[in-house]
Amino acid sequence: MLRLTVNGRDHDLDVDPDTPLLYVLRDDLALNGARYGCGLGQCGACTVAVEGRPVLSCVTPVSVLAGRSILTLEGLGTPEQPGTIQRAFVAEQAAQCGYCIPGMIVRAHALLVQNPDPSDAEIRRSLNLNLCRCGTHLRILAAVHRAARETRGAASEDDRS
Amino acid sequence: MSEPIAPTRRTFLTGTGSLIVAFSLRPALAQQEALDGQPPPPAPHLPGSLKRSPWLDSWIRVDADGSVTVRTGKAELGQGIRTAVLQVAAEELRLEPARVRVVTADTEETANEGYTAGSHSMQDSATAIRHAAAQVRTLLADLAAARLGTEAAVLTVADGVVRALDGRQVTWGELVAGDVLHVEAQPASSFVPTDERRVIGTSLPRLDIPAKVTGASAYVQDLRPPGMVHARVVRPPSPGARLRALDAAAVERRPSVIKVVRDGSFLAVVAEKEWAAITAMEALAAHATWTEGAALPEADRIFETLAGLPVEEHVVHDSRAAAGSPARTLEATYRRRYQLHGSIGPSCALALFADETLTVWSHAQGMFPLRAALAEMLRMRPEQVRCVHVEGSGCYGHNAADDAAADAALIARAVPGRPVRLQLMREQEHLTEPCGPAMMTRVRASLDAAGTIVDWDYAVRSNTHLTRPPGAGNLLPAQLLAEPFAPPRPKPLLQPEGGGDRNAIPLYRLPNARVLHQFVPEMPLRVSALRALGAYVNVFSIESFMDELAAAVGQDPVAFRLQHLEDARAQAVIRTAAERAGWSDRQRARNRGHGFAFARYKNLGAYLALAVEVEIARETGRIRLRRAVAAIDAGEAVNPDGIRNQVEGGIIQSTSWTLYEQVTVDRSRITSRDWSTYPILRMQAAPERIEIHILDRPGEPFLGTGEAAQGPTAAALGNAVADAVGVRLREIPLRRDVLREALT
Ligand code: FES
Ligand code: FES
Repeated sequence: MLRLTVNGRDHDLDVDPDTPLLYVLRDDLALNGARYGCGLGQCGACTVAVEGRPVLSCVTPVSVLAGRSILTLEGLGTPEQPGTIQRAFVAEQAAQCGYCIPGMIVRAHALLVQNPDPSDAEIRRSLNLNLCRCGTHLRILAAVHRAARETRGAASEDDRS
Repeated sequence: MSEPIAPTRRTFLTGTGSLIVAFSLRPALAQQEALDGQPPPPAPHLPGSLKRSPWLDSWIRVDADGSVTVRTGKAELGQGIRTAVLQVAAEELRLEPARVRVVTADTEETANEGYTAGSHSMQDSATAIRHAAAQVRTLLADLAAARLGTEAAVLTVADGVVRALDGRQVTWGELVAGDVLHVEAQPASSFVPTDERRVIGTSLPRLDIPAKVTGASAYVQDLRPPGMVHARVVRPPSPGARLRALDAAAVERRPSVIKVVRDGSFLAVVAEKEWAAITAMEALAAHATWTEGAALPEADRIFETLAGLPVEEHVVHDSRAAAGSPARTLEATYRRRYQLHGSIGPSCALALFADETLTVWSHAQGMFPLRAALAEMLRMRPEQVRCVHVEGSGCYGHNAADDAAADAALIARAVPGRPVRLQLMREQEHLTEPCGPAMMTRVRASLDAAGTIVDWDYAVRSNTHLTRPPGAGNLLPAQLLAEPFAPPRPKPLLQPEGGGDRNAIPLYRLPNARVLHQFVPEMPLRVSALRALGAYVNVFSIESFMDELAAAVGQDPVAFRLQHLEDARAQAVIRTAAERAGWSDRQRARNRGHGFAFARYKNLGAYLALAVEVEIARETGRIRLRRAVAAIDAGEAVNPDGIRNQVEGGIIQSTSWTLYEQVTVDRSRITSRDWSTYPILRMQAAPERIEIHILDRPGEPFLGTGEAAQGPTAAALGNAVADAVGVRLREIPLRRDVLREALT
């Protein structure tokens, strides 16, 4: 038995410890946010955050994640109540097929937690591993900038209140 | 109109909007048509896809509870068609968009609209739906008038409720008893007037995006029906390799494995869990021995190989007219290497074989042709097969989606009663998907003393751009079976749309012009449709050469194009792109260059012109697109932001193709097997800014936008490189090593 903490919930799982996290998320926990793109650590479609840091779930054996807190796209919001960064992607209509978007969102979220006011170059550097084939790059960048602005705006409102 | 409506009989809407009751002998439902994957007998006088399916209720359904469903035979590929047809229908039905449900390509639910390809969805499907929706509104108004005993002209309709002047009302749900919408469409409709439009022309947010950004089920990869099992295939290591020996015993003994499926060289494994299927696939591959041939062209000699193969020649254009006398003649050749679709999500399908019927959920582009191919492969009747489109990752043409559907079908037959999820691996997608064909063009043209083109001679040499189903022989798994299906002999696609010769005929005024399509039937590598087909290479060639001609006579590239164009809409996009880009006062800076290009996609679709600015790193030969400004005329614009999204994406994807991409091979194997061996454009190389300006043409037919940018972007990049450093690159990709060499 292996205990995984995903989006704040504990799961006791009976899985082969070599299984990459991606397949446990998709197959055992029925989560769609982490996507299979290459299984080779080359595209970022499977990105999740582990303790705030982006991790490629397709090449990370689940055994090394026991007891650590894992965040997937689903942990950021729902279709009914999307989180700030998800709202920003909707507002910028930052998707064509959308297949790359979960990985982009989770990595950008991890960046914004570390650095709430990133420059364009910093966002590009952070997302450089994640591939998009539809050419949605500039909308993705616009969405991350918007999310950063809105997060900072909300934070400064909190300061005032 | 006081005749009661007999619900069991067919009603026809005449041109005047009145109803005639009659019997119809035409099949009632879409699924009864086109069982062979071919379009039904056409109704050529009708607009858009009404030609293929003239019944109003094959497009629009109104239920007794008043709910409204729009059914398109096209598929959502991330291009936003679901949202666009919803807008068109909601406008003409005068409904709130939120009240309309959209069903997409499904052999049991929708009309057969063939493939979702060629930028046809707006022209064909949205046009049909607009007419069908307007005619349904009219028809229901007539029924309401009969019911309320008043004139249809004095009724108003909003949100599915028809109201008379005296306040009496009747809902659509009350009017739709029986099959009153099973009516053949008329050629003309009374549309909502332009100044009353509320939905068309607005940027309604895409319906599919909220699920995609939150992890709700959005793709075929996300389907998990109860009892589902996971499957993987083991593909031959090279094209044409045959399975010689297999020791499957150890894999079959694994407790996690349900079954190994083998039929000739088709090899697959089924397991309860996905990771077990992957490890079993790897073990199976290690125990398989293949016979491989040395059948691939040498990497460095792809164009020599292509040049040496037999061709069928088709003269696709030949015009002669009086012209000035030639003062100088230029000639050039252009080439494009094999390229991949390279979807970010490898192809996937779900299939269930139960009670002698097969259901396949697939992200392929044509559900009806796929059904025909699967039925042929499995020797079933088409009625026993249902294909349902579910979104996948963007495909950009004929990728491995159809193959994956065939894999899933073959495996599902071996484990009846269990839904089988087949997911191709990244390497399988890269190594076995049909490539975009390598192509070569040659152009020669003469200018008179005044700098006007007086003759033009052009030839394009290409494989086919279409090896899609409905033939089972076009499915890779069917070619691998013990009783294999042979690929059909490749055929060229004909003008006016063309395949390899798509956009080979320039839109420019050329008094003497000859355009030759040298069709190469033999395929050194498996190829098929890649976004824009031959238009990508032909527009690259023509628009590069237009710059070479302009330079030869010292003309500005934009002025030179305008001087040779008569089409006012073409001129308008060129002028708009040039103005918005500040073309006439562009700044000269070292290692920076500006390039311009124009095309009307297929000479029938959207007009697009763009200006780009590039920067060259001399030491490395690296080319970077900094900025692009495009103008597009896609007829009446249904969703402006959707058009912008498509064009931006097209520009960036074409930039990736043009600057980086080529399939690599050794003598027997393809070696571009993943993203490290087939690099594409990344975030840091994405341009700083892209601007898209839409020239809206209310009242003009919808023109698709999905492929308009591919060719012009390639040419504009080549032209900008020539402008920046004086080196003309004529082969795609515009390789950095070639440029670096030329600069040192
Ligand atoms: S799927 Fe993990 S990096 Fe591509
Ligand atoms: S939106 Fe399709 S891959 Fe990025």
